[in-house]
Amino acid sequence: MSDLVDVQINGEWHQFPKGTRMIEACREVGAEVPHYCYHPKLTSPGNCRMCLVQMGMPPRPAPGAEPAQPDEDGHVPISWMPRPVIACANTVAPNMGIRTQGELTENVREGVMELMLANHPLDCPICDQAGECHLQEYSVEHGKGEGRFREQKVKKPKNVDVGPRIRLDDERCIMCSRCIRFMDEVADDPVLGFTDRGSHTTLAVYPGRELDSNYSLNTADLCPVGALTSNDFRFQMRVWFMKEINTIDTNCGTGANITVYARQGEIFRIKPRQNNSVNSDWMPDSHRLSFHWINDEETRLTSALAKDENGNHQVVTNENAYAIAAAKLSKYKGHEIAIIASARMTNEELFMVKRLAKHLKAKIVETVPRTGEADGYLISEDRNPNTLGVKTVLGLDDPGSQLESIKDDIKQGQIHALITLQEDLITDAGFTDDDLAGLDVLISSYPCANPTAERSDVVLPGGCWAEKSGTMLNIQGRLQRLNKVTDGPGTTEEPWEVIRNLQQALGGGNGIHSHTEIFNQLAETIPVFAGVKFQDIGDLGIPLVETDETLPLLEREKERVAQGLIVG
Amino acid sequence: MSLEVPADLEKQIDERITHYPVSKRSAVLPVLHLLQHHFRFVNEEVIEWAAAKLELEPIKVLEVVSFYPGFRQSAPGKYHIRVCRTLSCAMAGSYELMDSLCEKTGIDRSGVDHHNPIAVSADGTYSIEFAECLASCGTGPVCMVEDDFYESVDDVDALLAKYS
Repeated sequence: MSDLVDVQINGEWHQFPKGTRMIEACREVGAEVPHYCYHPKLTSPGNCRMCLVQMGMPPRPAPGAEPAQPDEDGHVPISWMPRPVIACANTVAPNMGIRTQGELTENVREGVMELMLANHPLDCPICDQAGECHLQEYSVEHGKGEGRFREQKVKKPKNVDVGPRIRLDDERCIMCSRCIRFMDEVADDPVLGFTDRGSHTTLAVYPGRELDSNYSLNTADLCPVGALTSNDFRFQMRVWFMKEINTIDTNCGTGANITVYARQGEIFRIKPRQNNSVNSDWMPDSHRLSFHWINDEETRLTSALAKDENGNHQVVTNENAYAIAAAKLSKYKGHEIAIIASARMTNEELFMVKRLAKHLKAKIVETVPRTGEADGYLISEDRNPNTLGVKTVLGLDDPGSQLESIKDDIKQGQIHALITLQEDLITDAGFTDDDLAGLDVLISSYPCANPTAERSDVVLPGGCWAEKSGTMLNIQGRLQRLNKVTDGPGTTEEPWEVIRNLQQALGGGNGIHSHTEIFNQLAETIPVFAGVKFQDIGDLGIPLVETDETLPLLEREKERVAQGLIVG
Repeated sequence: MSLEVPADLEKQIDERITHYPVSKRSAVLPVLHLLQHHFRFVNEEVIEWAAAKLELEPIKVLEVVSFYPGFRQSAPGKYHIRVCRTLSCAMAGSYELMDSLCEKTGIDRSGVDHHNPIAVSADGTYSIEFAECLASCGTGPVCMVEDDFYESVDDVDALLAKYS
């Protein structure tokens, strides 16, 4: 264990490991230190001066004088320094005193706020950041309420297209340099910089260059003010109208932790949520912006469909759809039925798939693999969020390896009925019309209209990742919770409900009423999950399965922490 | 890139970089000085050449160039004049000196602002800009023409006669 040092914060003595930053020590004991430029994942240049606090040390005795005697608690009285110090870049020292309150700190904070606002356009009514702006918040808490600056404000570039997804308003910038440091240190694409340093300091990209990294939108999250805003979210919704739901990203096996911002069932934006074991504080733009289709009711399936005698899809109630599907399926024996599920499904859904397959005695259960290039940061090669869940819950060793034999079996007339859940076989699994033509019965469930659904006898609308709850296992073997953001459109049901209802219509199955009930059954029947309680998973997940997968971005972060460059 | 850096200049630059073994970035100032001395100003081409040389993003070089008024981002005239405008010289008449220099050289400074400090005469012979303190506060107004230093400047005609 590292050495502990005694530090007095606002009159109370505490102990911290040697080397702790003053700002982190204060945060740990609940003494708020306002700050702009400091970010635990980035280096600390100490340029905003907002975190100034009063510091004191035991006095050094004058030559020949007796050193001060410790009091009954063993602490030497503190001699306070007349000038403040920044808490972000200084570390604690033995018997140090820190005051985050009092006249000196209040005065310097007022002064810093006044200077920051001297050139600020004060355009909060039209600024996207309003409501989550640190400049607004600190103005209220630490500002003077008025400025004494009566001269012309410096004019700077506005509405600058710095990249395809980011827009810059330089007049709002407070020069904290978080975005520059993020692009330098984390995204390894140092295109941002300050030009014309001085009273005209301007955040800029080099002429002809762009802030087009796939991690560029993290700079908008980092920006404590409204200088960098997201083109995608700009002017869409006031932040205080939106509901925040913590869930996970399902675009790849990393399972980045995210917060989804939605209002009245519509998703407006997604932000990464800090999880030091998974995605640190970041997420790729490509994953963040891939939610728009969810809101698009034009392409979503909003009701169940069944083919009439002429082969045309007719809207039916969900109940009827299950009855029709069950009637069709019950004509076939188990060895004539195959199920293709999805590695985008939660563990709970996969458990229901397993249960359904057992009931039907289905010949084959398979899922569709999805791969892409790993980006060396947070995007995993595996573009399915729950491949490990498929392996663990369904017991498939090599998901996707039986897809070809399913095609062959259909061709040779061995499989007559196929149930596909949360996969579009034609677009994503390499099936052709010919492959499906040999089937007597095709039942599919998917969030959107798709070519496989067009050929299906019965189509059941199943919710997408934002419309369901459950758990998934990421590539590192971490069990994480997916939380429902909104109800699906029309008569969409959560996929586990779709499977349960289908099985009930087939005459098999007691009622299961919630995804947590399924989780309990998982924990009882699958050894890996043994003893895990749903409520223990929490917002940050728990490590469950040992894998040798690491995330390159996290490894580099650990190195920077070890070097003392960042707090982490 | 069309910028042609003479071989001996590049050799000189390479040698200068070796003075900064820890980080090539530290060599950015001396390299820019050498380049400006040769090309008379530091434009985008020069910045990009320096950035490539020092293995930096061009923005990191532009940061430095745009910070120091000593680096010119636009082309000066054949003779570049810098007039001190800091307090002592301003009180000793540097603004009047600027006006009369502009009048004699036919330079129009109406387009000058913070981002474009240099004005050039129509024939390209002279260019002029205000500079901050040139370190001779007791003998204002002072100015520099190229690398030559002039104190207590009152005879503008005589000064310009040396450079024509």
